[in-house]
Amino acid sequence: MLFGFEWDLTNPLNFAISILPILLVGMWVTIQATVLGFFVALVLGLFLAVLKSARSRFIAWPARLVTEFIRDTPLLVQLFFLYYVLPEYGIVLPAFMTGALALGIQYSAYTSEVYRAGIEAVGRDQREAARALNLSAANTFTHIVVPQAVPRIVPAMGNYLVSIMKDVPVLSVVTVLEMLNVAKIIGDRTFDYLVPLSLVGCLYLVMTLVASAGVRVLDTYLPKQGLPLK
Amino acid sequence: MTDAIIRFDKVVKRFGDLTVLDELDFEVKKGEKVSIIGPSGSGKSTVLRILMTLEGIDGGVVHVDGEPLWHELREGSLLPASEAHLRRMRSKLGMVFQQFNLFPHMTVMRNITEAPVKVLGLGKKEAQLRAEELLDLVGLADQAKKFPHQLSGGQQQRVGIARALAMRPSILLFDEPTSALDPELVGEVLTVIGRLAEEHDLTMLLVTHEMRFAREISDRVCFFDRGQIREEGTPDELFTDPSEERTREFLKAILD
Repeated sequence: MLFGFEWDLTNPLNFAISILPILLVGMWVTIQATVLGFFVALVLGLFLAVLKSARSRFIAWPARLVTEFIRDTPLLVQLFFLYYVLPEYGIVLPAFMTGALALGIQYSAYTSEVYRAGIEAVGRDQREAARALNLSAANTFTHIVVPQAVPRIVPAMGNYLVSIMKDVPVLSVVTVLEMLNVAKIIGDRTFDYLVPLSLVGCLYLVMTLVASAGVRVLDTYLPKQGLPLK
Repeated sequence: MTDAIIRFDKVVKRFGDLTVLDELDFEVKKGEKVSIIGPSGSGKSTVLRILMTLEGIDGGVVHVDGEPLWHELREGSLLPASEAHLRRMRSKLGMVFQQFNLFPHMTVMRNITEAPVKVLGLGKKEAQLRAEELLDLVGLADQAKKFPHQLSGGQQQRVGIARALAMRPSILLFDEPTSALDPELVGEVLTVIGRLAEEHDLTMLLVTHEMRFAREISDRVCFFDRGQIREEGTPDELFTDPSEERTREFLKAILD
Protein backbone atom coordinates (compact mmCIF):
# COMPACT_ATOMS: atom_id res chain seq x y z
CA MET A 1 0.00 0.00 0.00
CA LEU A 2 1.19 3.46 -0.88
CA PHE A 3 -0.63 6.82 -0.68
CA GLY A 4 -3.69 4.87 0.43
CA PHE A 5 -3.83 2.69 -2.69
CA GLU A 6 -3.58 -1.10 -2.43
CA TRP A 7 -1.88 -3.10 -5.15
CA ASP A 8 -3.26 -6.23 -6.71
CA LEU A 9 -0.61 -8.83 -7.50
CA THR A 10 -2.92 -11.47 -9.01
CA ASN A 11 -1.59 -10.86 -12.51
CA PRO A 12 0.58 -8.22 -14.26
CA LEU A 13 -2.39 -6.40 -15.80
CA ASN A 14 -4.24 -6.08 -12.50
CA PHE A 15 -0.98 -5.05 -10.87
CA ALA A 16 -0.44 -2.36 -13.47
CA ILE A 17 -3.98 -1.05 -13.12
CA SER A 18 -3.78 -1.02 -9.35
CA ILE A 19 -0.52 0.91 -9.15
CA LEU A 20 -1.44 3.41 -11.86
CA PRO A 21 -3.11 5.83 -9.40
CA ILE A 22 0.00 5.69 -7.22
CA LEU A 23 2.25 6.44 -10.13
CA LEU A 24 -0.04 9.29 -11.17
CA VAL A 25 0.54 10.87 -7.76
CA GLY A 26 4.27 10.68 -8.49
CA MET A 27 3.70 12.00 -11.99
CA TRP A 28 1.94 15.02 -10.57
CA VAL A 29 5.05 15.73 -8.48
CA THR A 30 7.19 15.30 -11.61
CA ILE A 31 5.04 17.79 -13.49
CA GLN A 32 5.20 20.29 -10.64
CA ALA A 33 8.98 19.98 -10.40
CA THR A 34 9.24 20.40 -14.17
CA VAL A 35 7.09 23.50 -14.24
CA LEU A 36 8.80 25.12 -11.28
CA GLY A 37 12.27 24.20 -12.52
CA PHE A 38 11.46 25.52 -15.99
CA PHE A 39 10.12 28.74 -14.54
CA VAL A 40 13.31 29.26 -12.51
CA ALA A 41 15.39 28.44 -15.61
CA LEU A 42 13.45 30.97 -17.70
CA VAL A 43 13.74 33.80 -15.18
CA LEU A 44 17.30 33.17 -14.02
CA GLY A 45 18.41 32.50 -17.60
CA LEU A 46 17.07 35.84 -18.78
CA PHE A 47 18.82 37.52 -15.88
CA LEU A 48 22.11 35.83 -16.81
CA ALA A 49 21.65 36.64 -20.49
CA VAL A 50 21.16 40.32 -19.76
CA LEU A 51 24.22 40.36 -17.49
CA LYS A 52 26.32 38.55 -20.08
CA SER A 53 25.44 41.06 -22.75
CA ALA A 54 26.28 43.99 -20.46
CA ARG A 55 28.78 46.43 -21.89
CA SER A 56 30.80 46.51 -18.68
CA ARG A 57 33.35 43.72 -18.47
CA PHE A 58 32.99 43.64 -14.71
CA ILE A 59 29.40 42.50 -15.09
CA ALA A 60 29.66 40.38 -18.23
CA TRP A 61 32.68 38.35 -17.18
CA PRO A 62 31.43 37.09 -13.81
CA ALA A 63 28.11 36.24 -15.45
CA ARG A 64 29.91 34.23 -18.12
CA LEU A 65 32.01 32.52 -15.49
CA VAL A 66 28.93 31.56 -13.47
CA THR A 67 27.20 30.21 -16.58
CA GLU A 68 30.24 28.15 -17.51
CA PHE A 69 30.56 26.82 -13.97
CA ILE A 70 26.91 25.80 -13.79
CA ARG A 71 27.02 24.17 -17.20
CA ASP A 72 30.21 22.22 -16.58
CA THR A 73 29.34 20.70 -13.20
CA PRO A 74 26.89 17.78 -12.85
CA LEU A 75 23.31 18.41 -11.81
CA LEU A 76 23.70 15.83 -9.07
CA VAL A 77 26.64 17.67 -7.53
CA GLN A 78 24.70 20.93 -7.56
CA LEU A 79 21.70 19.18 -6.06
CA PHE A 80 23.73 17.64 -3.23
CA PHE A 81 25.37 20.97 -2.62
CA LEU A 82 22.04 22.74 -2.24
CA TYR A 83 20.51 19.93 -0.20
CA TYR A 84 23.36 19.25 2.22
CA VAL A 85 25.39 22.47 2.32
CA LEU A 86 22.73 25.21 2.41
CA PRO A 87 21.18 23.93 5.69
CA GLU A 88 24.60 24.34 7.34
CA TYR A 89 24.15 28.05 6.69
CA GLY A 90 20.66 28.10 8.04
CA ILE A 91 18.86 27.87 4.70
CA VAL A 92 16.56 24.89 4.97
CA LEU A 93 14.26 24.26 2.03
CA PRO A 94 11.92 21.32 1.51
CA ALA A 95 13.46 18.60 -0.67
CA PHE A 96 11.03 19.36 -3.50
CA MET A 97 11.94 23.07 -3.50
CA THR A 98 15.65 22.32 -3.38
CA GLY A 99 15.28 19.91 -6.27
CA ALA A 100 13.27 22.26 -8.47
CA LEU A 101 15.72 25.05 -7.69
CA ALA A 102 18.69 22.87 -8.66
CA LEU A 103 16.99 21.98 -11.95
CA GLY A 104 16.23 25.62 -12.60
CA ILE A 105 19.77 26.75 -11.85
CA GLN A 106 21.31 24.02 -14.02
CA TYR A 107 19.07 24.83 -16.94
CA SER A 108 19.38 28.59 -16.56
CA ALA A 109 22.88 28.20 -17.99
CA TYR A 110 21.38 26.70 -21.13
CA THR A 111 18.39 29.01 -21.41
CA SER A 112 20.65 32.05 -21.01
CA GLU A 113 22.44 30.96 -24.18
CA VAL A 114 19.12 30.52 -25.97
CA TYR A 115 18.10 34.02 -24.94
CA ARG A 116 21.42 35.40 -26.05
CA ALA A 117 21.21 33.76 -29.46
CA GLY A 118 17.62 34.93 -29.87
CA ILE A 119 18.49 38.47 -28.88
CA GLU A 120 21.50 38.55 -31.19
CA ALA A 121 19.41 37.25 -34.06
CA VAL A 122 17.35 40.44 -34.02
CA GLY A 123 19.18 42.34 -36.71
CA ARG A 124 21.38 45.37 -36.43
CA ASP A 125 18.95 47.19 -38.74
CA GLN A 126 16.32 47.01 -35.99
CA ARG A 127 18.64 48.47 -33.37
CA GLU A 128 19.71 51.21 -35.75
CA ALA A 129 16.12 52.13 -36.53
CA ALA A 130 15.39 52.27 -32.80
CA ARG A 131 18.44 54.44 -32.24
CA ALA A 132 17.52 56.78 -35.07
CA LEU A 133 14.11 57.18 -33.44
CA ASN A 134 15.81 57.95 -30.13
CA LEU A 135 14.16 55.04 -28.32
CA SER A 136 15.88 54.33 -25.01
CA ALA A 137 17.89 51.15 -24.51
CA ALA A 138 15.21 49.77 -22.19
CA ASN A 139 12.45 50.53 -24.69
CA THR A 140 14.40 49.04 -27.54
CA PHE A 141 14.90 45.88 -25.52
CA THR A 142 11.34 45.43 -24.32
CA HIS A 143 9.43 46.62 -27.41
CA ILE A 144 11.75 45.91 -30.33
CA VAL A 145 14.13 43.11 -29.38
CA VAL A 146 12.12 40.86 -27.06
CA PRO A 147 8.93 40.58 -29.17
CA GLN A 148 11.03 39.60 -32.18
CA ALA A 149 13.27 37.25 -30.20
CA VAL A 150 10.40 35.23 -28.66
CA PRO A 151 9.40 33.22 -31.76
CA ARG A 152 13.07 32.34 -32.33
CA ILE A 153 13.48 31.23 -28.72
CA VAL A 154 10.38 29.08 -28.31
CA PRO A 155 11.53 25.89 -30.11
CA ALA A 156 14.84 25.69 -28.23
CA MET A 157 13.13 26.44 -24.92
CA GLY A 158 10.67 23.66 -25.68
CA ASN A 159 13.54 21.21 -26.00
CA TYR A 160 14.84 22.26 -22.60
CA LEU A 161 11.39 21.87 -21.08
CA VAL A 162 11.42 18.23 -22.18
CA SER A 163 14.99 17.81 -20.92
CA ILE A 164 14.08 19.17 -17.51
CA MET A 165 11.17 16.78 -17.37
CA LYS A 166 13.52 13.88 -18.05
CA ASP A 167 15.97 15.07 -15.39
CA VAL A 168 13.38 15.18 -12.60
CA PRO A 169 14.13 11.57 -11.50
CA VAL A 170 17.51 12.85 -10.30
CA LEU A 171 15.57 14.49 -7.46
CA SER A 172 14.74 11.05 -6.10
CA VAL A 173 18.21 10.94 -4.51
CA VAL A 174 17.16 13.74 -2.17
CA THR A 175 13.95 11.88 -1.23
CA VAL A 176 11.54 13.69 -3.58
CA LEU A 177 8.69 11.31 -4.33
CA GLU A 178 8.55 11.88 -8.05
CA MET A 179 7.36 9.17 -10.42
CA LEU A 180 10.54 7.09 -10.65
CA ASN A 181 11.04 7.12 -6.91
CA VAL A 182 7.46 5.97 -6.39
CA ALA A 183 7.95 3.16 -8.91
CA LYS A 184 11.13 2.08 -7.14
CA ILE A 185 9.36 1.96 -3.79
CA ILE A 186 6.62 -0.18 -5.30
CA GLY A 187 9.29 -2.48 -6.73
CA ASP A 188 11.09 -2.68 -3.39
CA ARG A 189 7.92 -3.73 -1.64
CA THR A 190 6.46 -6.13 -4.22
CA PHE A 191 9.72 -7.47 -5.72
CA ASP A 192 8.22 -6.71 -9.11
CA TYR A 193 10.17 -3.92 -10.80
CA LEU A 194 9.22 -4.74 -14.38
CA VAL A 195 5.65 -3.49 -14.29
CA PRO A 196 6.13 -0.20 -12.37
CA LEU A 197 9.28 0.75 -14.29
CA SER A 198 7.65 -0.05 -17.65
CA LEU A 199 4.69 2.05 -16.64
CA VAL A 200 7.02 4.93 -15.71
CA GLY A 201 8.56 4.70 -19.16
CA CYS A 202 5.15 4.80 -20.83
CA LEU A 203 3.91 7.68 -18.71
CA TYR A 204 7.11 9.59 -19.44
CA LEU A 205 6.59 9.01 -23.13
CA VAL A 206 3.08 10.42 -22.85
CA MET A 207 4.31 13.48 -20.93
CA THR A 208 7.15 14.30 -23.28
CA LEU A 209 5.01 13.76 -26.38
CA VAL A 210 2.33 16.07 -25.01
CA ALA A 211 4.91 18.71 -24.04
CA SER A 212 6.59 18.54 -27.46
CA ALA A 213 3.24 18.77 -29.21
CA GLY A 214 2.36 21.80 -27.09
CA VAL A 215 5.59 23.52 -28.01
CA ARG A 216 5.04 22.72 -31.69
CA VAL A 217 1.54 24.17 -31.60
CA LEU A 218 2.84 27.30 -29.89
CA ASP A 219 5.58 27.56 -32.49
CA THR A 220 3.10 27.26 -35.35
CA TYR A 221 0.80 29.91 -34.01
CA LEU A 222 3.46 32.47 -33.07
CA PRO A 223 3.91 34.98 -35.91
CA LYS A 224 7.43 34.56 -37.28
CA GLN A 225 8.00 38.31 -37.36
CA GLY A 226 7.46 38.62 -33.62
CA LEU A 227 4.79 39.08 -30.98
CA PRO A 228 2.42 41.54 -32.62
CA LEU A 229 2.16 45.05 -31.19
CA LYS A 230 -0.81 47.00 -32.43
CA MET B 1 28.45 80.49 -42.50
CA THR B 2 26.07 80.97 -39.62
CA ASP B 3 23.12 79.47 -41.45
CA ALA B 4 24.85 76.11 -41.87
CA ILE B 5 22.74 73.54 -40.05
CA ILE B 6 25.23 70.77 -40.79
CA ARG B 7 28.97 71.33 -40.89
CA PHE B 8 31.69 68.70 -41.24
CA ASP B 9 35.05 70.06 -40.24
CA LYS B 10 37.98 67.91 -41.41
CA VAL B 11 36.09 64.77 -40.45
CA VAL B 12 38.00 61.52 -40.59
CA LYS B 13 36.35 58.10 -40.49
CA ARG B 14 38.25 54.84 -40.71
CA PHE B 15 37.11 51.24 -40.82
CA GLY B 16 40.29 49.38 -39.88
CA ASP B 17 42.91 50.33 -42.45
CA LEU B 18 40.34 51.80 -44.79
CA THR B 19 39.88 55.56 -44.64
CA VAL B 20 36.26 56.18 -45.57
CA LEU B 21 36.17 59.91 -44.92
CA ASP B 22 39.43 61.74 -45.45
CA GLU B 23 39.35 65.13 -43.70
CA LEU B 24 35.97 65.86 -45.17
CA ASP B 25 34.70 69.44 -45.16
CA PHE B 26 31.03 69.69 -45.96
CA GLU B 27 28.18 72.08 -45.23
CA VAL B 28 24.44 72.10 -45.58
CA LYS B 29 22.34 75.21 -45.08
CA LYS B 30 19.09 75.26 -43.20
CA GLY B 31 16.26 74.17 -45.47
CA GLU B 32 18.62 73.13 -48.22
CA LYS B 33 17.99 69.94 -50.20
CA VAL B 34 21.32 68.33 -50.95
CA SER B 35 21.92 65.15 -52.93
CA ILE B 36 25.04 63.11 -52.50
CA ILE B 37 26.07 60.98 -55.45
CA GLY B 38 29.14 58.92 -56.14
CA PRO B 39 30.47 55.40 -56.59
CA SER B 40 29.81 52.79 -53.90
CA GLY B 41 32.34 52.83 -51.12
CA SER B 42 32.93 56.54 -51.55
CA GLY B 43 31.66 57.32 -48.06
CA LYS B 44 28.26 58.73 -49.02
CA SER B 45 26.20 56.63 -46.63
CA THR B 46 28.81 57.04 -43.91
CA VAL B 47 28.10 60.78 -43.88
CA LEU B 48 24.45 60.07 -43.09
CA ARG B 49 25.27 57.35 -40.58
CA ILE B 50 27.62 59.68 -38.71
CA LEU B 51 24.92 62.35 -38.62
CA MET B 52 22.37 59.85 -37.30
CA THR B 53 24.93 58.86 -34.62
CA LEU B 54 25.01 55.30 -35.87
CA GLU B 55 28.72 55.62 -36.60
CA GLY B 56 31.35 57.53 -34.60
CA ILE B 57 34.15 59.61 -36.07
CA ASP B 58 37.92 59.27 -35.79
CA GLY B 59 38.90 62.89 -36.31
CA GLY B 60 37.56 66.39 -36.89
CA VAL B 61 34.28 67.82 -35.64
CA VAL B 62 30.71 67.52 -36.91
CA HIS B 63 28.40 70.44 -36.10
CA VAL B 64 24.64 70.16 -36.18
CA ASP B 65 22.58 73.24 -35.55
CA GLY B 66 25.64 75.07 -34.25
CA GLU B 67 26.60 72.41 -31.73
CA PRO B 68 29.22 69.70 -31.98
CA LEU B 69 27.47 66.36 -32.55
CA TRP B 70 30.05 63.86 -31.41
CA HIS B 71 31.65 66.14 -28.83
CA GLU B 72 30.61 68.16 -25.86
CA LEU B 73 32.10 71.43 -24.69
CA ARG B 74 32.99 70.96 -21.07
CA GLU B 75 35.28 73.29 -19.16
CA GLY B 76 36.50 74.81 -22.39
CA SER B 77 37.57 71.62 -24.12
CA LEU B 78 35.88 69.35 -26.65
CA LEU B 79 35.26 65.98 -25.07
CA PRO B 80 33.60 62.87 -26.53
CA ALA B 81 29.83 63.22 -26.33
CA SER B 82 27.84 61.52 -23.60
CA GLU B 83 24.80 59.40 -24.45
CA ALA B 84 22.59 62.18 -23.03
CA HIS B 85 24.13 64.69 -25.43
CA LEU B 86 23.74 62.28 -28.35
CA ARG B 87 20.09 61.72 -27.44
CA ARG B 88 19.43 65.45 -27.42
CA MET B 89 21.22 65.97 -30.74
CA ARG B 90 19.58 62.93 -32.33
CA SER B 91 16.15 64.48 -31.82
CA LYS B 92 16.98 67.01 -34.54
CA LEU B 93 17.50 64.29 -37.13
CA GLY B 94 15.47 61.59 -38.80
CA MET B 95 16.56 58.83 -41.13
CA VAL B 96 15.01 56.81 -43.92
CA PHE B 97 16.89 53.55 -44.45
CA GLN B 98 17.73 51.70 -47.62
CA GLN B 99 16.15 48.49 -46.28
CA PHE B 100 13.27 50.44 -44.64
CA ASN B 101 14.14 48.93 -41.21
CA LEU B 102 10.48 48.90 -40.18
CA PHE B 103 9.62 46.99 -37.02
CA PRO B 104 8.12 43.80 -38.49
CA HIS B 105 6.07 42.90 -35.40
CA MET B 106 4.31 46.26 -35.24
CA THR B 107 1.40 47.50 -37.28
CA VAL B 108 2.02 50.46 -39.55
CA MET B 109 0.29 52.65 -36.97
CA ARG B 110 2.44 51.35 -34.12
CA ASN B 111 5.60 51.74 -36.19
CA ILE B 112 4.82 55.42 -36.52
CA THR B 113 3.49 56.10 -33.02
CA GLU B 114 5.98 54.06 -30.96
CA ALA B 115 8.71 56.69 -30.74
CA PRO B 116 6.45 59.76 -30.43
CA VAL B 117 4.70 58.09 -27.48
CA LYS B 118 7.80 56.66 -25.82
CA VAL B 119 10.30 59.40 -26.59
CA LEU B 120 8.35 62.61 -27.06
CA GLY B 121 5.81 61.63 -24.43
CA LEU B 122 2.80 62.23 -26.67
CA GLY B 123 -0.56 60.78 -25.67
CA LYS B 124 -1.59 57.72 -27.63
CA LYS B 125 -4.59 59.48 -29.17
CA GLU B 126 -2.60 62.49 -30.24
CA ALA B 127 0.20 60.36 -31.68
CA GLN B 128 -2.37 58.38 -33.67
CA LEU B 129 -3.98 61.51 -35.03
CA ARG B 130 -0.63 62.78 -36.18
CA ALA B 131 0.25 59.38 -37.62
CA GLU B 132 -2.99 59.45 -39.63
CA GLU B 133 -2.03 62.82 -41.07
CA LEU B 134 1.41 61.50 -41.98
CA LEU B 135 -0.04 58.36 -43.54
CA ASP B 136 -2.29 60.60 -45.57
CA LEU B 137 0.75 62.59 -46.64
CA VAL B 138 2.51 59.46 -47.92
CA GLY B 139 -0.69 58.13 -49.49
CA LEU B 140 -1.26 55.19 -47.14
CA ALA B 141 -4.21 56.41 -45.10
CA ASP B 142 -6.00 53.05 -45.41
CA GLN B 143 -3.04 50.84 -44.42
CA ALA B 144 -2.65 51.77 -40.74
CA LYS B 145 -3.71 48.39 -39.37
CA LYS B 146 -1.51 46.27 -41.61
CA PHE B 147 1.85 44.78 -40.74
CA PRO B 148 4.92 45.64 -42.84
CA HIS B 149 5.10 42.22 -44.50
CA GLN B 150 1.61 42.80 -45.88
CA LEU B 151 2.81 45.84 -47.82
CA SER B 152 4.85 46.24 -50.98
CA GLY B 153 8.39 47.55 -50.76
CA GLY B 154 7.33 50.96 -51.98
CA GLN B 155 4.59 51.14 -49.37
CA GLN B 156 7.00 50.01 -46.67
CA GLN B 157 9.44 52.74 -47.56
CA ARG B 158 6.64 55.32 -47.45
CA VAL B 159 5.83 54.10 -43.95
CA GLY B 160 9.55 54.53 -43.20
CA ILE B 161 9.29 58.14 -44.29
CA ALA B 162 6.16 58.73 -42.19
CA ARG B 163 7.86 57.13 -39.19
CA ALA B 164 10.87 59.41 -39.49
CA LEU B 165 8.65 62.48 -39.92
CA ALA B 166 6.62 61.61 -36.84
CA MET B 167 9.56 62.61 -34.66
CA ARG B 168 9.46 66.10 -36.21
CA PRO B 169 13.12 66.27 -37.18
CA SER B 170 14.49 69.44 -38.72
CA ILE B 171 16.92 67.39 -40.81
CA LEU B 172 15.83 64.31 -42.74
CA LEU B 173 18.42 61.87 -44.03
CA PHE B 174 17.63 59.52 -46.92
CA ASP B 175 20.06 56.62 -47.31
CA GLU B 176 19.49 55.29 -50.83
CA PRO B 177 15.75 55.12 -50.17
CA THR B 178 14.88 53.44 -53.47
CA SER B 179 17.86 51.11 -53.96
CA ALA B 180 16.12 48.09 -52.45
CA LEU B 181 12.94 48.56 -54.47
CA ASP B 182 11.72 46.88 -57.62
CA PRO B 183 11.95 49.40 -60.48
CA GLU B 184 8.18 49.80 -60.79
CA LEU B 185 7.92 50.85 -57.13
CA VAL B 186 10.62 53.52 -57.20
CA GLY B 187 8.31 56.18 -58.59
CA GLU B 188 5.80 56.23 -55.73
CA VAL B 189 8.57 56.73 -53.16
CA LEU B 190 10.28 59.46 -55.16
CA THR B 191 6.95 61.24 -55.57
CA VAL B 192 6.56 61.38 -51.79
CA ILE B 193 10.13 62.58 -51.24
CA GLY B 194 9.69 65.16 -53.99
CA ARG B 195 6.50 66.46 -52.41
CA LEU B 196 8.25 66.75 -49.04
CA ALA B 197 11.08 68.67 -50.63
CA GLU B 198 8.65 71.08 -52.22
CA GLU B 199 6.22 71.64 -49.39
CA HIS B 200 8.37 71.52 -46.26
CA ASP B 201 11.22 73.59 -44.98
CA LEU B 202 12.97 70.44 -43.82
CA THR B 203 16.67 70.23 -44.47
CA MET B 204 17.08 67.15 -46.64
CA LEU B 205 20.19 65.13 -47.30
CA LEU B 206 19.74 62.42 -49.89
CA VAL B 207 22.18 59.70 -50.89
CA THR B 208 20.92 58.32 -54.16
CA HIS B 209 21.63 56.69 -57.47
CA GLU B 210 18.53 58.23 -59.05
CA MET B 211 20.27 60.97 -61.01
CA ARG B 212 17.21 62.40 -62.66
CA PHE B 213 15.47 62.68 -59.34
CA ALA B 214 18.50 64.24 -57.65
CA ARG B 215 18.53 66.79 -60.42
CA GLU B 216 14.86 67.62 -59.99
CA ILE B 217 14.65 68.11 -56.26
CA SER B 218 18.11 69.25 -55.14
CA ASP B 219 19.37 72.74 -54.52
CA ARG B 220 22.87 71.33 -54.63
CA VAL B 221 24.51 68.08 -55.67
CA CYS B 222 27.76 66.77 -54.21
CA PHE B 223 29.87 64.22 -55.98
CA PHE B 224 31.71 62.04 -53.47
CA ASP B 225 34.77 60.07 -54.35
CA ARG B 226 37.23 58.34 -52.03
CA GLY B 227 36.09 60.06 -48.88
CA GLN B 228 36.14 63.55 -50.27
CA ILE B 229 33.79 65.85 -52.12
CA ARG B 230 35.32 65.83 -55.57
CA GLU B 231 32.89 68.35 -56.99
CA GLU B 232 29.72 70.16 -55.97
CA GLY B 233 27.33 72.61 -57.51
CA THR B 234 23.76 73.21 -58.59
CA PRO B 235 22.22 70.22 -60.36
CA ASP B 236 22.49 72.01 -63.70
CA GLU B 237 26.16 72.77 -63.24
CA LEU B 238 27.07 69.31 -62.09
CA PHE B 239 24.99 67.29 -64.50
CA THR B 240 25.43 69.31 -67.69
CA ASP B 241 28.91 70.64 -67.30
CA PRO B 242 30.97 68.83 -64.68
CA SER B 243 34.46 70.26 -64.41
CA GLU B 244 36.17 67.21 -62.95
CA GLU B 245 37.18 64.24 -65.04
CA ARG B 246 36.10 61.79 -62.27
CA THR B 247 32.61 63.31 -62.17
CA ARG B 248 32.29 63.05 -65.93
CA GLU B 249 33.36 59.40 -65.87
CA PHE B 250 30.94 58.57 -63.08
CA LEU B 251 27.99 60.33 -64.69
CA LYS B 252 28.74 58.78 -68.05
CA ALA B 253 28.91 55.30 -66.50
CA ILE B 254 25.69 55.69 -64.53
CA LEU B 255 23.60 57.50 -67.11
CA ASP B 256 24.42 55.11 -69.97
